[in-house]
Amino acid sequence: MAQVLSPVPGTFYTQASPEEPVYKTEGDAVAIGDTVGLIEVMKTFIDVKAETAGTFAGYLAENGGAVTAGQPLADLEG
Amino acid sequence: MPIERLFIANRGEIAVRIIRAAKAMGIRTIQAHSEADADMLAVRLADEAVCIGPAQAAQSYLSIDAVVEAAKASNADAVHPGYGFMAENAGFVRALDAAGITFVGPSADTIDRMGDKVAARQAAEAAGVPVVPGSKGRLETAEDAVKVAADIGYPVMIKAAAGGGGKGIRIAQNEDELRKMAPQAQAEAKASFGDGGLYLERAIQSPRHIEVQIMGDGTDAIHYFERECSMQRRRQKIWEEAGAVCLDEKTRSHLCDTAVALAKAVNYVGAGTLEYLYDGVTKEFYFIEMNTRIQVEHPVTEMLTGTDLVQEMIHVAGGGKLRQQQQDITRAGHAIEVRLNAEDPAMQFMPSPGQVCGLRVPEGDGIRFDHFLYEGYHIPPFYDSLLGKLIVHAKDRQAAIDLMITALNGLEIDGIKTTKPLHLALAHDPAVRADDFHTQWLEPWLAAGNLNPTP
Repeated sequence: MAQVLSPVPGTFYTQASPEEPVYKTEGDAVAIGDTVGLIEVMKTFIDVKAETAGTFAGYLAENGGAVTAGQPLADLEG
Repeated sequence: MPIERLFIANRGEIAVRIIRAAKAMGIRTIQAHSEADADMLAVRLADEAVCIGPAQAAQSYLSIDAVVEAAKASNADAVHPGYGFMAENAGFVRALDAAGITFVGPSADTIDRMGDKVAARQAAEAAGVPVVPGSKGRLETAEDAVKVAADIGYPVMIKAAAGGGGKGIRIAQNEDELRKMAPQAQAEAKASFGDGGLYLERAIQSPRHIEVQIMGDGTDAIHYFERECSMQRRRQKIWEEAGAVCLDEKTRSHLCDTAVALAKAVNYVGAGTLEYLYDGVTKEFYFIEMNTRIQVEHPVTEMLTGTDLVQEMIHVAGGGKLRQQQQDITRAGHAIEVRLNAEDPAMQFMPSPGQVCGLRVPEGDGIRFDHFLYEGYHIPPFYDSLLGKLIVHAKDRQAAIDLMITALNGLEIDGIKTTKPLHLALAHDPAVRADDFHTQWLEPWLAAGNLNPTP
């Protein structure tokens, strides 16, 4: 089990905008470099990318919630 | 009625700035804050503080209901909006009006009118303020475009009448190019917007951004001269000056007079700024928009003219008449402000929130630092990256740049990355020192690696 960690503090989003689908759902294959989330930090948006490959096992942080740097955002299996 | 209890609906350095102005006027201050801002400097300095909601600005600083309810509950008789957030939100002003609370700024109708680009352009034209020459309405054929361009003058910018933003904009240097580009632009406009109508406007190449500070009391209006704000990255100003040394006296007085004419024509109340594009070659200026608020860069004007603009806007909001006449306002020396942002200029300006571990603030004649930092303060990640503004004032522009270098070297903000290295590099740059730049100058300068010289 690997985790995707937040690179910066800010507000975490699981979708690019309210109209867009969530980046990943359980069971999705995740490749290195895939975008799995979005962080808003000081009015700048930063993509959260997977640094390991695996199968998406769920988000650990709430959409629209505050996160700290290094906080686990998602679980990956495999 | 003079204001007695002022509610500050903002955060960061401008909240601190407003509290200082209010205290100097003997006004009691009530500071609004989100849950993430309970320990900010403005909360510590204010007489009272009230939490208006969660960290997310949409539920706190941008919530009309939350702010108006908190202002009512704290028996405030006025609200200062600062800049950003709800400073130019007419709906917010109407909600305050309904609650019987004074807004420190112009009326909701004035905000609506000057916030609408077309209405603002019409108001400017009616007051005799030059606007960018353009076609009166939509153009249907290349022949029409050529006719209109002859009046406007080349180069012209060709835009889709139905379009928005920068999409499909072409610049024609002469009639031959226009005859070639107009049909292409029409075809593209038809494909993109289902409407082949075109709009022409004079292209101002490598323009300077020059703006005029005005203040009105509803009847009379005055100006506090101009600012030069061409140093921009992604349309954000980062280095501002007062005055604009590129202007001659005749152009300066014409520019400032037109700003006062527009402010009077709309019975303006409070502090406002008229923004212009300036063509240094033809010495022509064109109104682009009006900002109906106090601006980030107001301190350079305060240093140049020796006026506290925030106190003046609070005074007129309380029903006071302007306390200065135009002839009382004079300019002395030269002032420069740089914006210190929590960003890493060596890493594509990546935001850098975090804890301020150490703070050393430069002091001395002509040096001012407007900020909201203290040692141990955690800068939250939820808001703008502006940490503070370093302002210097000296006898002329060269002396001001030299003083800025001294001031920057004396400023230490430990624990986070800031844009200080960018400003030091700019202050040493020959083009900056020669006042040879424009609104399109900084981004190519950064792209060329001027910040990261190869070892």
